[in-house]
Amino acid sequence: MSSATLEKAPARPATRRVGRVPSRRDRWSRRAPLLPALVFAIVVTQVPFLVTLYLSTLSWNALRPGSRSFVGLDNYGTVLSDGRLRAALLNTVVLTASAVIVSVLLGLGLAILLDRKFPGRGIVRTLLITPFLVMPMAAALLWKHAIYNPAYGLINGILGGDTDWVSRYPMVAVVATLVWQWTPFMMLIILAGLQSQSLETLEAARVDGATAWQTFLHVTLTYLRPYLELSALLGSIYLVQTFDAVFTITQGGPGTATTNLPYEIYLTTFRKFEYGEAAAAGVVVVIGTIVVATFALRVISGLFKMEVSR
Amino acid sequence: MRRLPWTILAWACGLFFFFPVLWMVLTGFKREADAASNPPTWVFTPTLDGYRQVFDRDLTPYLLNSLMASLFSTLLVLVLATPAAYALSLRPVAKWRDALFFFISTKMLPAVAALLPIYLVVKELGMLDNVWTMVILYSAMNLPLAIWMMRSFLLEVPASVLEAAEMDGAGLLVSIRRVLLPIVSPGLAATALICFIFSWNEFFFAVNLTATRAGTAPIFLVGFISSEGLFLARLCAAATLVSLPVVLAGWLAQKQLVRGLSMGAVK
Repeated sequence: MSSATLEKAPARPATRRVGRVPSRRDRWSRRAPLLPALVFAIVVTQVPFLVTLYLSTLSWNALRPGSRSFVGLDNYGTVLSDGRLRAALLNTVVLTASAVIVSVLLGLGLAILLDRKFPGRGIVRTLLITPFLVMPMAAALLWKHAIYNPAYGLINGILGGDTDWVSRYPMVAVVATLVWQWTPFMMLIILAGLQSQSLETLEAARVDGATAWQTFLHVTLTYLRPYLELSALLGSIYLVQTFDAVFTITQGGPGTATTNLPYEIYLTTFRKFEYGEAAAAGVVVVIGTIVVATFALRVISGLFKMEVSR
Repeated sequence: MRRLPWTILAWACGLFFFFPVLWMVLTGFKREADAASNPPTWVFTPTLDGYRQVFDRDLTPYLLNSLMASLFSTLLVLVLATPAAYALSLRPVAKWRDALFFFISTKMLPAVAALLPIYLVVKELGMLDNVWTMVILYSAMNLPLAIWMMRSFLLEVPASVLEAAEMDGAGLLVSIRRVLLPIVSPGLAATALICFIFSWNEFFFAVNLTATRAGTAPIFLVGFISSEGLFLARLCAAATLVSLPVVLAGWLAQKQLVRGLSMGAVK
């Protein structure tokens, strides 16, 4: 893996002072630069979760003044038996998984196209990354009004017909918009992987009589695996929190067809004002995320070890 | 000549992905009647009416709010992340690995679960609809990313350079300023770019915590959600305008983009 470009090992810093017992002073002078960031992160990101935990034990609807009372775990019962929340969970999984899988596959295809020299490669690359740079809110509006609209949208304008794409295929409409935005992201990471592959390995495979397809399947894809994992992982972290596209294109509908967890909790908080239930749903989401994130961190950790061992 | 089909296919894909953006830009220069026509209007006399109306409806304060929130949060992130990255790379604390993973785990926790307590606290402090609230939140959002990125840049500083500075008897601060900063300044710029992009485009906290006073650029667009095509040209003009800074920045810094998006894992 001599040619891989995943970052170089921190072997030096880790071993630099081995053998010398650090003094108290030394330890603190090392910690000092870290502390402001650490304190900031804890205060802004961890404390709110503790508050969420507390709020989740209250029956509190902001529309009914004075209705705040301790109810223990009742909210969790409500939330877990709530059909809407279960639908939202399923929608989140479907939305995230399909958007990630499709954009990784498309990203892989585009990365392979761009890995070869051809006239205007730089321009094509620039064209391809542009969707990712467009503000997500603007992209969602563009697709909703200029592309999907039944009366004057681009799809019906070109193909004819009067299909109302958003109400007919709401989930597909949301996922397609997200795929359009995230494919460039996947492409960039996979392309970086492709370009770091050593030519010698490919040459060796060719000399051994492997066809282009065999080489791709057995050499390139194996080599690309960490890059594919990384792009899927980062994509999932961002896409699982999708809010803009749902808020703009479908408002979670029709019914709950495209309501994902962020949107459902947003509705519970700011439309129904059920603060206690919203907090309990938040806690459930956090627990789910911790389970998924533990797995994800293991993937990152794997990449990390690879980088260290080199 | 074997390259020709490849070239054509690659260009076709590039244009296909770019087309919606092109359509957005074109539509922004149409009259409303041409914008919402079926079949689509391809040839038209460009007009600036859409843009004029967007500015008439006071887009400027929203852009300024976005600029403030993005710039100041990027500054704050760099001030917090650079020393932290230093303490996790060149002169590491004992548990640097745990600290690094703590930071990344904060990025994985869903923002939606923190929305309610943050909303209540911000309301209690009287800081709703305030740009500085957004500065703090965007800083927290980008901090893990910036720490991972800066760390990867710092690790590239050759040990010999640092040791040479130490040998010369340069103090810590001097060696940071004279030796480290010049080497990592491209990395600093890349990190700033990524933080700026994510803050500029952020919508979830903005829509729930700001209104007319501190509303950022995406909030200006909310008004178009249900406008049912009466204002398609105006919508596209606004969408083009608010996207422009990030699109240009991203085009100019394509190399850094990859590294930033992968949090420094891919060069």
